[in-house]
Amino acid sequence: MSASDRTGLRADVRPESCPTDLPVLLPFALAEGHPPARLRPVHGWLLCGVAVVTFPAWAQGAAVAPSPLDVVIKWAPLLLTGFAFNVAISLMAMAIGTFAGIGLGLAMLAEGVVLRRIAWSITQVFRNVPWLVLLFFVMFLVPFQVTVFGLRVPLPDWVKATFGFSLPVMANVAEIVRGAVRSVPNTQWEAAESLAFTRRQTLWRIILPQCAKRMLPPWMNVYALIAMATVQASIVGVTEMLTLTAQVHAAEGGRPELFAPLYGFAMLCFFLYCYPIDRLTAVLERRFETR
Amino acid sequence: MMPAPPDSDPSAGWTPNQPIVRLVDVHKSFGTFEVLKGVSFDVRQGEVICIIGPSGSGKSTLIRCVNALVPVTAGSILVEGIEVTDPRLDKLALRRKVGMVFQQYNLFPHKTALQNVMMAPIHVLGQDRREVEARARALLAKVRLAGKEDAYPGELSGGQQQRVAIARSLAMRPDVMLFDEVTAALDPETVKEVLVTIRELAEEGMTCMLVTHEMNFARDVADHIYFTDRGVIVEHGPPATFFASAQDERTRRFLSQVL
Repeated sequence: MSASDRTGLRADVRPESCPTDLPVLLPFALAEGHPPARLRPVHGWLLCGVAVVTFPAWAQGAAVAPSPLDVVIKWAPLLLTGFAFNVAISLMAMAIGTFAGIGLGLAMLAEGVVLRRIAWSITQVFRNVPWLVLLFFVMFLVPFQVTVFGLRVPLPDWVKATFGFSLPVMANVAEIVRGAVRSVPNTQWEAAESLAFTRRQTLWRIILPQCAKRMLPPWMNVYALIAMATVQASIVGVTEMLTLTAQVHAAEGGRPELFAPLYGFAMLCFFLYCYPIDRLTAVLERRFETR
Repeated sequence: MMPAPPDSDPSAGWTPNQPIVRLVDVHKSFGTFEVLKGVSFDVRQGEVICIIGPSGSGKSTLIRCVNALVPVTAGSILVEGIEVTDPRLDKLALRRKVGMVFQQYNLFPHKTALQNVMMAPIHVLGQDRREVEARARALLAKVRLAGKEDAYPGELSGGQQQRVAIARSLAMRPDVMLFDEVTAALDPETVKEVLVTIRELAEEGMTCMLVTHEMNFARDVADHIYFTDRGVIVEHGPPATFFASAQDERTRRFLSQVL
């Protein structure tokens, strides 16, 4: 076995200009036959299964306490209710953020310089600050209820958190819209112009339909990120999965051996939710690329 | 020329016995680079003119000024009496009279051939969809694309796409057609089918302004040829005299290279 075989370097990529057998002097190249690691949903199940099964071994000392698996099963319905809140917050934040983001993105493409600058500034601000800081801002600046035409509308924490998360979604969607519109060749605008289409007609009838497909993968990517970020709402006390997990842990006496199974369950839920979105995004990305 | 009152038909003062397009001392600069240095000529209704010249001599810029895709720096362009250089120009009104076909076809890739042709009359002119569809099908048949109505641009050859682009432009019933090097991106074997289409248009009396590198075509189809170099018209004349007895040294050098 030659030196280059052992190091995974391929002899055939060795340039003529380096007459050496020393592996360190060879250009780096990955040996073939090592596909990049790829997770499948079954791996997630396996990981969490291992966690749930092995941790009872730690719990031998507390003979009277129920096993961690029993605890997880007992509390699963409550925890899943919390997870439903995460899903609801993320979906609503996505809906609001997408709606506002399309408007903001189009404003960035407007003909008026002032509107364009304002929209650009808003986008930059909300894209370049931590989501948690935005969440704090909304939580503490928005009142717990608003009065509209004498009608008191209460704003529960999770609604405020939804607004908080929709701000970064808005900014990111705006950037996606702007980038997608910019990616359409200028000649399409020229062709539409020479046919006497107005700017608005060109945008809605010719440009946007062409880039809708291109916007889908990055948009889904934003969704996966926001779905995972919703656990940050636990920091400001919103009742969602992570908050409930902490409460369940406390209710079970804060036993250290329950820590991994309970939080492992939360991990599992998010993984099983977000991983398929991630795969679908990748599939769509590939499909739209080739067309 | 009568100045058009602002809120009536801007070409109200124009009559067909006047030039349909008139360029007077047109200048155009991109930054400090002057592309057009005072170009003047007239195009009469039904006339076919070809603009030839070396690359970078401002041919495309010149033709794009006519439908206000490119704003001019100085000078005057009148299209049916509409002053194109007027800052209050109604660009849409102008572009309803002037059709344009591009080198890269620029069809809308998400629409079928038929939809490409139908879009502008329906959405820009607000015409009846059924009437437009009948006209669009007739136009596609005219450019020999009957049967390709439902094909997407990506499924058509370059020559076929370019003929759809011509049909799309004709669907607006323009008075003047601009052709910007429409065969330059085509395979040699498909060039002919596009040129045949343009020739038919010319024979039907459509006013055409072409920027082209096809000298033989220019000789056959044009009523008048303009040779541009470095932003000015060096020489012009009817094809018979232009090709046979070019006077200017630059013209002769160019013709000896391309013929």
